[in-house]
Amino acid sequence: MAPRAGAAVAALLASLILAACGPDDFSDDERKIIRSLSLAELSPLPDDPSNRFADDPPAAAFGKTLFFDAGLSGGGDISCATCHKAERQFQDHLPRGVGVARTDRRTMPLAGVGWSPFLFWDGRRDSFWAQALAPLEDPREHAGNRTAFAHHVADAHGDRYGAIFGPLPPLAHLPAEAGPKGSPAQQAAWQAMSEEDRRAVDRVFANIGKALAAFERTIHPPRTRFDLFAEAVGKGEEPAGIAAFTPLEREGLRLFIGKANCLECHNGPRLTDDHFHNTGVPALAGAPPDRGRAGAVAELAADPFNCFGTFSDAPAAACTALRFMRSDDPAMERAYKTPSLRGAASRPPYMHAGQIATLDAVIDHYSRAPDAPSGTSELRGVVFTERGRKALIAFLKTLDPIP
Amino acid sequence: MPAQPATGSRRVMRSVLGVLVAVLAVYAGWKLLAPPPPEIDVSYNTVSADGLYQVMFETDVEPVPVGETHSWVLSLTTPEGAPVSDATILIDGGMPAHGHGLPTAPQVSENLGEGRYRIEGMRFNMGGHWEIRIAISAPPGDDSAVFNLEL
Repeated sequence: MAPRAGAAVAALLASLILAACGPDDFSDDERKIIRSLSLAELSPLPDDPSNRFADDPPAAAFGKTLFFDAGLSGGGDISCATCHKAERQFQDHLPRGVGVARTDRRTMPLAGVGWSPFLFWDGRRDSFWAQALAPLEDPREHAGNRTAFAHHVADAHGDRYGAIFGPLPPLAHLPAEAGPKGSPAQQAAWQAMSEEDRRAVDRVFANIGKALAAFERTIHPPRTRFDLFAEAVGKGEEPAGIAAFTPLEREGLRLFIGKANCLECHNGPRLTDDHFHNTGVPALAGAPPDRGRAGAVAELAADPFNCFGTFSDAPAAACTALRFMRSDDPAMERAYKTPSLRGAASRPPYMHAGQIATLDAVIDHYSRAPDAPSGTSELRGVVFTERGRKALIAFLKTLDPIP
Repeated sequence: MPAQPATGSRRVMRSVLGVLVAVLAVYAGWKLLAPPPPEIDVSYNTVSADGLYQVMFETDVEPVPVGETHSWVLSLTTPEGAPVSDATILIDGGMPAHGHGLPTAPQVSENLGEGRYRIEGMRFNMGGHWEIRIAISAPPGDDSAVFNLEL
């Protein structure tokens, strides 16, 4: 009896010690954090009051057609899908997007972007539709111009456009190629147009963006193994099947929500705080100086297609992102938007200009925390063990779409 | 001979208890030596630094959200409870532990009367300890109040 009691006490003690150190032992706080990162916690897609077609199914269907339409480019060979490839999470795996020429920025994936208050790496647009317009006119991207877009929509999609947005304005008398951002000849042709014609073409241009945005808003982040894991953990259940994490993945999750400080920026169900941070990413050799967010605030405030502008459907009071945007924050110097980490593991290269080729090198960057080329890096440096690095990468892979 | 195993098991019991006591002692020592958790006032009702105002706030979303722009209604009274209706109020804040400010520039968008003010553009972009500083300028004098939020 007595030896059995002794063995029982020893076994109980051993199991207590093991439980306290075992991988299953997430604290209540950790469970709460894990749940907060799960897709189940994602709020409904925020309204876009600046786009009254944002949730209009015919507009979304039309936007999908336009998304794949190379007619929306100067040379008839570039569509949104050239860089935003549907089968690659709507990005292109290139360090920097290549349209007509190579740009200075990494192509961003599109899933879940409808939740972002600011678009682009530097947040220089405040709506999905205003964002969609910028590449169309960029000489390195679609290299198109506004009257050509209006003519193309009239020729190729006139009926569908009319059914959604109402009749197209008279266009026959307008130049084939004119726009405020095109070649000198196109700019001159644009200036020669009447104010009324320019506004009418701008309206068509804005509606192209609104249709594209309505489509892009339907691209939601897919559920991942992490979500299945987090939902089980949140309910106090043991994750099973593909939801079960390996010890290495659990260790990586612990690091992610703990000492690696990832949550400071990569938080919430999309694993982004939708804000801008200087993380000391190296400057792009040979490119013009890039101030990131600090250089984008004035451009956004002056954008005629912003939420305050003529083509926005929102009352000024509803333009929350723009009304309360900080314009004076020194921390925004060379700050770039926190990307979502959903699908990031299978989406190299990394950073706003694809400066870092692999996840391992990204972790190395966060570990070394180099000084920023300008402004001040927020990174404080984290010491990782070899196993810790492997664990963090193993965890990040659980955020990939389930094949 | 039966005494022999009994002695053995007693020895096991004694060593197990010894380990248990040692574990408890280490835990107790750690608890005693660890710094106490910081004591900060996390209520949404406070007195301004110089005692000129009683300040409280309510949010339009409960609990205070992370990653969502939302509004507050700030109520301002004298210590005696009289509403202060003609104040100029500025909002600032940040995360002291991380050395950064607010991601937005919140402002009073409407004086609701009876000492109540709508503040729009509040946004917190991560969980943790945030400090919101309210600068108040009104006939009783200039003063400031601080709210500590644990999100």
